[in-house]
Amino acid sequence: MSRVHDMGGRFGDGPVIPEAEGEVFHEDWHKRALALTLASGSLGKWNIDISRHARECLAPTDYAAFSYYEKWMAGLADLLVARDVLTREELSGGAVGATDLAEKMLTSAKVPAVLAAGGPSDRPTTTPAQFAPGDAVITRAIAENTLVDGGHTRLPMYGAGARGRILRVHGNHVLPDSSAHGLGDGAEPLYAVVFEASELWAHPEHPRDEVVLDLWQSYLLPQ
Amino acid sequence: MPHDSHDHDHPHTLLPPDPALRIKALETILTQKGLVDPAALDVIIDTYETKIGPRNGAAVVAKAWVDPDFHAHLLSDATAAVSNLGFYGRQGEHMVAVENTPTTHNIVVCTLCSCYPWPLLGIPPTWYKSDAYRARVVREPRKVLADFGVALGPDMAVRVWDSTAEVRYLVIPMRPTGTDGWSEEALADIVTRDSMIGTGVVNAQ
Repeated sequence: MSRVHDMGGRFGDGPVIPEAEGEVFHEDWHKRALALTLASGSLGKWNIDISRHARECLAPTDYAAFSYYEKWMAGLADLLVARDVLTREELSGGAVGATDLAEKMLTSAKVPAVLAAGGPSDRPTTTPAQFAPGDAVITRAIAENTLVDGGHTRLPMYGAGARGRILRVHGNHVLPDSSAHGLGDGAEPLYAVVFEASELWAHPEHPRDEVVLDLWQSYLLPQ
Repeated sequence: MPHDSHDHDHPHTLLPPDPALRIKALETILTQKGLVDPAALDVIIDTYETKIGPRNGAAVVAKAWVDPDFHAHLLSDATAAVSNLGFYGRQGEHMVAVENTPTTHNIVVCTLCSCYPWPLLGIPPTWYKSDAYRARVVREPRKVLADFGVALGPDMAVRVWDSTAEVRYLVIPMRPTGTDGWSEEALADIVTRDSMIGTGVVNAQ
């Protein structure tokens, strides 16, 4: 019922190893992986939700074994083929064919404007906000995409079936469960929902600790 | 019901096994096909190595500490407040600032991937993207803080923000005592990246 990336609350991981602030990239190829991923995104063949899902769809053994930028690279290679940008033969080192996508190539002159423009996810919608700050809600009992079997969702397993309350209303945002699968933006109201740690974990560290999740309206029911 | 179709026969396995060679191969194929400009990659890298990083966030925090109007604007509409300072862009389109107090300490994570406010903090550190941080900080934030050498008093509650959407959170750490009269620049110098994620606190040095 889950994918390997959904690891919030998992037991068994070791210590977190702090790192000095000045270390941005540890290897030259890390830089190229980040930049290649951003540049390829400008071809317009996928959105952020599709690219996240591509990484999540790595085999669990690969996901666990790959370093961070290896996951990015694998997700990118898979997407380039899935979206007909490259063929499997080209990826294998075969002759490179012609493309009608070249006009979309991100040139160096365009980079500053593209990075500065970002890609806002707020959208107008006719779906009215069902909840207001302070309202008691409960999340869907099953943390799965209800539109696509095995599809992308942003409700973590540890937050499924949990009772919380609305902390903030973020406005209306693209629904990743829809957007990751070419089913349209499906924009809905998005909320910050706060949960007592004791609602989520059997042995919370402190009675007043809390966890906040950003959750779409269709993930929530009134409590 | 449609089924997800990515589960089998992954094309990435066609690339060389060594990660550095794998990336070089992919860059070469895309460049030969006219889809990627290597000079654009250099500009992207230079942007995140030298222009965009945690000093942006530190400037925001320092300003919030000394300027009550900015502080109020930052808490009510962080996106607008930081945009006015020139900090906007990819992975920072929807900002929310959360403030530490003597009774509440905030920490940010993305348990599902690695969401992070790039325009204010740059590219996230390796630990932020690690399985250990993603898995543990929502369940045992104090043990994770101990890994960073930070201990919270018994009266402090922890609020962990899991960035499941495109909203990006910036922690405003508590201003340390002994910094009255400090300039904005001097204050920015003591604001650490980790303090703006919530795995650190700011100390007057």
